[in-house]
Amino acid sequence: MLPKPSGENGKNAASGLPHSSGDKRFKILELHMKKHQFRQDALIEVLHKAQELFGYLEDDLLLFVATKLKLPPSRVYGVATFYHFFQLKPQGEHACVVCLGTACYVKGADKIIGGIQEKYKIKSGETTADNKLSLLTARCIGACGIAPAVTYDGQVAPKQTPEAALEKIKTWI
Amino acid sequence: MQLDDLIAIAEKHKGSRKKIIVRTCMSAGCMSSQADVIKKNLETEARLQGLEADVEVRRVGCMGFCGQGPLVGVDQNGEHNLWEFVKPEDAPSIISALKGGACRVQRGDPKHPFFAKQMHIVRANGGIVDPERIEDYIAIGGYLALHHALTELQPAQVVEEVTKSGLRGRGDAGFPTGLKWGTVAKSPGAKKYIVCNGDEGDPGAFMDRSVLESDPHIVLEGMAIAAYAVGADQGYLYVRAEYPLAISRLQIAIKQAKQLGLLGAGIFESPFSFNVDIRIGAGAFVCGEETALMASVEGKRGTPRPRPPFPAESGLWGCPTLINNVETFANISAIINRGGDWYAGIGTEKSKGTKVFALTGKIKNNGLIEVPMGIPLRQIVEEMGGGAPDGRSIKSVQTGGPSGGCIPANYLDTPVDYESLTKLGSIMGSGGMVVMDDSTNMVEIAKFYMEFCMEESCGKCIPCRAGTVQMFNLLEKITRRQATARDLAKLEELCDMVKNTSLCGLGQTAPNPVISTLKFFRKEYEELLQPDPFGPAAGGAPLAPERVTK
Repeated sequence: MLPKPSGENGKNAASGLPHSSGDKRFKILELHMKKHQFRQDALIEVLHKAQELFGYLEDDLLLFVATKLKLPPSRVYGVATFYHFFQLKPQGEHACVVCLGTACYVKGADKIIGGIQEKYKIKSGETTADNKLSLLTARCIGACGIAPAVTYDGQVAPKQTPEAALEKIKTWI
Repeated sequence: MQLDDLIAIAEKHKGSRKKIIVRTCMSAGCMSSQADVIKKNLETEARLQGLEADVEVRRVGCMGFCGQGPLVGVDQNGEHNLWEFVKPEDAPSIISALKGGACRVQRGDPKHPFFAKQMHIVRANGGIVDPERIEDYIAIGGYLALHHALTELQPAQVVEEVTKSGLRGRGDAGFPTGLKWGTVAKSPGAKKYIVCNGDEGDPGAFMDRSVLESDPHIVLEGMAIAAYAVGADQGYLYVRAEYPLAISRLQIAIKQAKQLGLLGAGIFESPFSFNVDIRIGAGAFVCGEETALMASVEGKRGTPRPRPPFPAESGLWGCPTLINNVETFANISAIINRGGDWYAGIGTEKSKGTKVFALTGKIKNNGLIEVPMGIPLRQIVEEMGGGAPDGRSIKSVQTGGPSGGCIPANYLDTPVDYESLTKLGSIMGSGGMVVMDDSTNMVEIAKFYMEFCMEESCGKCIPCRAGTVQMFNLLEKITRRQATARDLAKLEELCDMVKNTSLCGLGQTAPNPVISTLKFFRKEYEELLQPDPFGPAAGGAPLAPERVTK
């Protein structure tokens, strides 16, 4: 099926009411959708932006996107849950992402995860009770030449060890 | 934009070059070790030491030797120096060494086999051009191939040239590129699309990231030539969200190319128009499969669909669509510039040209290499890679990631080409090459890959969705020393079933790591097995053979 002509679709959605909360971020998100002419095939781009603005995708936010793009909520929810990159729960203040690509794995990335799990009693994908730290894993960030790699709040660090990782996390908590 | 304008840009840019060029690698690997600070310090230091007029500190893409990074290259009086493990505080020493004198930084050897045995087509400009300046790419002859194709060749001639080159898809399957282009070109339809697959999902591989970060224009030029050849006017570049640097450099590259009229409407004042949009993935391995990727480009869940119809007939929004991998597109401008015959002269009978590999794992020299097809695996891992570190020996080489297999050390003399690797139960794959030493437990590796496939299975077809879980459970049971010969037989049965009945490539190849480790390292599995309390030896019923064979 060809995408719907953008103009008509965009006009209707753009004339819709703003989000009732009055949160400015919804306005920014709507502008982003407008940039994509409210095209339904831009759903993934829109969700990327939504997560960038809000940190995670809660149901209300997904419903907002569904209404604006004139998509069934099931479709938006389906896409948000399909892709690993989208978070449906709030994340901790700091994120430690351990790369679990093959090169990192054979060089001991599992030991780094093990070290953090043991010290902070959280499994991968979980956040500490004080909401300070989220432990996440990545399926290869493409930094195999400097394995094992860990991303601390978006900054890639090369050739990590369990000790180095715990040292870094200590500065956050 | 006409040819004269292009040449004028190139000449002007060449004329403004300074005597000494200090190239700082600013690819993701080196960036993680403060390459941006190093570049800034080098610039400041050049100014402080009064060399501003002679020294250009240039941002460049990946130089390949990622394990020794951050890297800084120096071109002075026709000589090339390479500095390794550079730290921000080394800047004064590097700059003062330009005036003669010693440098305290470790010097790399450009004649090292790691570099000497390489042959650069795809990565010809990596580590040389500034990926964020289109003038740099134009100055080394960029976009001349596109001009040549648009003004002197008919679309059919472009397809013919690519067919003649013998280029095969670099993504995974190795399908002849010329044949694919010809099919899309012949497919009826007013609207056609080009898709560049940059969803490099194989964990342990970063060739495409490196190409996109180091030389984005070579990919854009390849896509534009392809669009002209098949009659498309819209392209999508699908990149993983995990590669933010590649995405930002591509955005810059597309903007610059549009400004110069090298993308957009009426390129080189011909009737040919071509636009490229970036589509950012969201972390799903299955999206490397072409039909799943197209669903994702359309903003849907990335689930594959049965083929036929193939994308060449019915792809994006039902229109004929050409899908090629990043590396495949990066080969195109060289083929158009130098001819299909030249390209066909490189490599083996059935595998032409070069291949980029990400050489990683338990190996001394790790990084990115581009080698001619047919090179023996031993030359790559022993001479270029320097063997395993810490006095250990190499046990196996894994190629093809979760879809590939492990090649044991006694097969290291195998030439690296599509057929030879397939014969060994592995695949060429996209170019991941992870070396494992004798401390590696092969059953654990098989389990690692199975866990990956289990989590990445999209869930659409049952053999893959349920089969990967069952296979993972069996592997877990084996590694926990709770399994019997019966479980191993069940695992093999499942491998066969999942391989033959899954819908897409993910499921069809998911058992490969298990099959290949079972083929070459069966003993490691058997050592973990427990005696079967109900087995024939204990007087129990034998494993029902009729169920197995059915």
